[in-house]
Order: sequence, then C-alpha cells, then structure tokens
Amino acid sequence: MSELRFTEDHEWLRAEADGSVTVGITAYAQQALGDVVYVQLPELQHYDRGDEAATVESVKAASGVYMPLTGEVLEVNQQLADQPELVNEQPLGQGWFFRFRPSDPAALAALLDEDAYARLLAATA
Amino acid sequence: MSDSLRYTPLHALHLELGARMVPFAGYDMPVQYPLGVLKEHLHTRAQAGLFDVSHMGQILLRGAQAAQALERLVPVDIIDLPQGLQRYALFTNERGGILDDLMVARLAEDELLLVVNAACKQQDLDYLREQLQAHCEVLPLFEERALLALQGPAAVEALARLAPEVAQMTFMQVRPVALLDAHCIFSRSGYTGEDGFEISVPAPAAEALARHLLSQPEVQPIGLGARDSLRLEAGLCLYGHDMDSATTPVQASLSWAISKARRSDGARAGGFPGAEVLFAQQRDGVARKRVGLLVQARSPVREGAEVVDATGQTVGQVTSGGFGPSLEAPMAMAYIDNEHTALGTELFALVRGKSIPVRVSKMPFVAPRYQRN
Repeated sequence: MSELRFTEDHEWLRAEADGSVTVGITAYAQQALGDVVYVQLPELQHYDRGDEAATVESVKAASGVYMPLTGEVLEVNQQLADQPELVNEQPLGQGWFFRFRPSDPAALAALLDEDAYARLLAATA
Repeated sequence: MSDSLRYTPLHALHLELGARMVPFAGYDMPVQYPLGVLKEHLHTRAQAGLFDVSHMGQILLRGAQAAQALERLVPVDIIDLPQGLQRYALFTNERGGILDDLMVARLAEDELLLVVNAACKQQDLDYLREQLQAHCEVLPLFEERALLALQGPAAVEALARLAPEVAQMTFMQVRPVALLDAHCIFSRSGYTGEDGFEISVPAPAAEALARHLLSQPEVQPIGLGARDSLRLEAGLCLYGHDMDSATTPVQASLSWAISKARRSDGARAGGFPGAEVLFAQQRDGVARKRVGLLVQARSPVREGAEVVDATGQTVGQVTSGGFGPSLEAPMAMAYIDNEHTALGTELFALVRGKSIPVRVSKMPFVAPRYQRN
C-alpha cells in the first residue's frame, strides 16, 4: 500500500499504480463534519487546484471539498450516492470520493506526509 | 467574540459527557454528544432524549391583572386559560410582525409563567416591564431556574419512576411537582413532535436532576443539532429563521395560534398590536406564506436557497432545511408566493447552481405523538 499525502483542508491522497491519485477526507474531517447524509461528487472533467470539486453535506451543514492538485477527474465513488455514511465509517477506505490524473505528477510529493499532517492535527487540537 | 459566553447550570455536565460545544444565543451550548446528531435524533424518536434548554428565558408574571395585561400583547386567549394549562403565543408588533414566540402557562389565578426564546429574552423582558409593570409584577427567572426537556415515547415512563403523578398529565398540561426536594414545574410539551415534558427546575438542583434522568436506561443526552432536525420534522418554526418581526402569524401559517376569542368575530376581538393588519390578511389573503417542501432528491436544501417554478421564475425562499433522519430524506420550510402553495405543487430549489426538485407538502413531515386527552 502506497503512502498517503494530505492537505491542510483534511483531504488524503493516494498514488495508484496507474499514475492516478485517489482522494478522500481524513478521519479527523469526517469526525468534525458529523453524520454525512449526502455527497455531491465532481464531474468527470478538469479542475484547477483549489476549485470546489465536491460538497459533503452533514446533518448540520454543507462543506466544500477542494481539488488538491490540478488535474482531470477520471472516476467518482458511485457507492456514496446510496451510502454516504461510508464517509464516516471508512474515510480512508470505501468512503473515498474520486480518482484523478494530476497534470504534474511530481506535485504530489510536495503535499504533507503523515508526520507533517499529524503535527498539523496536534497544532489544531 | 471570545468574551463572555454564558453557561447554563449544566455546562460542566455537558463537558463531562463529551459534548461538542458551540456558541448559541450568547451561551456555550452542546450541539452534539459522542452519539452524534443522527443517532441522537433517532434515539429521541425511539426512546427518550434529555435536552438542556436553560438558555431560554423564563419570566413570571404575578398579580390579579396579569392575564388581562398580557392579553394586550398577544393574539391569544390568556384570560380564559385554565389553571394548569399552557398555550402557544406570539408577541406581535403594530405591523402584525412577530417579536417572539413563547409558551404561557397558568400556574395560579394570579400567576403566569412565560418561556421565551434565548435570543429574545432580554428584549422581551424590557418590553414586558415597559408594558406590564403598572399592572403586575414582572419577574425574570433567568438565573434562578434551569429548563430541561425530556422528549420521546419513553419519557413518561422514565419520569414517572421519579414522580408517578406526571403519568396522569396530558398534552399542554402544567403542574408543580416536588422532585428530589426541588420545586419543579412540569409541562407536557416540547419541541420535537414527540410526547414529553419540559421541566423548570431551580438552578442549583438542575445538575442532580439531569444526572438522575440520564441514569434512567431510556435516556440519552441530546444536543442542539438533533433538536433542530426534530423540530423541523415536526413542522415547528424557529424564531429568527422561519418567522421574524417582518413576518405576521398569517404569513407564517400560524393563524391557528390566534385564539377564537381574539379573532375579528370573537368575544374579545382584537386588542393586541397589529390586530387590524392580521384581520385584513385573514380576510384578503397574503401574497406569500410558509409551506413545507419535500425534497425529491438526496441533496439537502438549506436556509437561504432560492425556490423557482418550472420556468425558472423565483417564487420563494427556504427559511429552514436539512436532512430528516426519521423521514430519511431532506425537507425544508419556505416562504412561497401564494399561487404556488397548493399541496403537491412541483417547484425547484437552487443548490450550488443545480435545480433540486421539491414538492409542496403538508406539515408536520413526521406524524406527531402528543399525549392528547
């Protein structure tokens, strides 16, 4: 299993063998959001880094999920349409959001690694 | 913004229970406990939930003329409100707008207990003093008393273990009950659509009572998050969102709250602020009114969303909306132009640029289970 990268917006990214990158939200993020009742997933298209690609609706509020790196969305997790609770139950597993092909594959390495993300969380708490 | 959030007498207990706290109406309040909003909501509908609503304002009116005097501020029959009952009421302004909504309980011939919204309580107190002080005593109980709500089908069973007499009460009845040596006032009412009770308790006794209730097997602590989804499913308005000082009870679809005796053909017609405005609206109709919307998709439709008809013309706006855990679907309340308010009318709510189909629906969205006699 390849190592994870993270953003300051509490998204995780995992490089797949085919060069694509899978994106989801972290355990911390799902905990902060509370019970997820709906996920509006991205279109299969190009997004720039920072674009609001998806929206997570919890019982309480709607929150944006931002494109972590510029690239083309290849696939979205259709399971979330019927089972949005997967985001809470398995945020790093079946609760993934989408898979995309980054325009600059090297940019992934510049994101936070697990240690840096753990430090970010510690500073947040 | 950091300074001086107020605490209810249960604040330390909320922290001990692991609540997530948020600022609400000037108080540091629990929005949810470790159970989470969804499960807290479902637990309340299945068993019993304990809510801390001590941030709400309790005000006692005392004096032989108290009922008569209060009648001049609300379109509600207070004079003939029997001892041991409470009614829903609204303070109206000269334009018929709603200054606040409240509960009025007749504790004794010369005693009325008011429960008003947290965000409005100081303004309400000032208003009552200005309007009523010449006629009766106006006594704020903001610091003296806490308010707990125990809601859900098992609430009566859990409470009757401590105070067997409450099992005899019916919806909207009020009675004093000595509980754990504290002088409490019970009402069989609430803000969830479920059977249940609200308990006014002296502040120093509140924590012991809350712990005692939480030790009952049916009872879980419930935060403001689930309180909101429960009241929305029950079709109950939230002041400052679903109504305000620019909205009349007729527009808010609260005409039922205007007592028979105070209507234009009633025994004591009018005599409250804005009466002529309300009567004219009841006679001639209103341009826009509050309706329920069932969302025909999974996407929640929230406060502020614009509502359009099939041609894209704006016909209204959502004032409250969210996911209904018991309804298992999103729902909303909206103010809609009158010609589009027939039940079943198909409209669209605009959410992040997408048109979400919605249907005008009756409220409550989930059938209430009040213990009527």
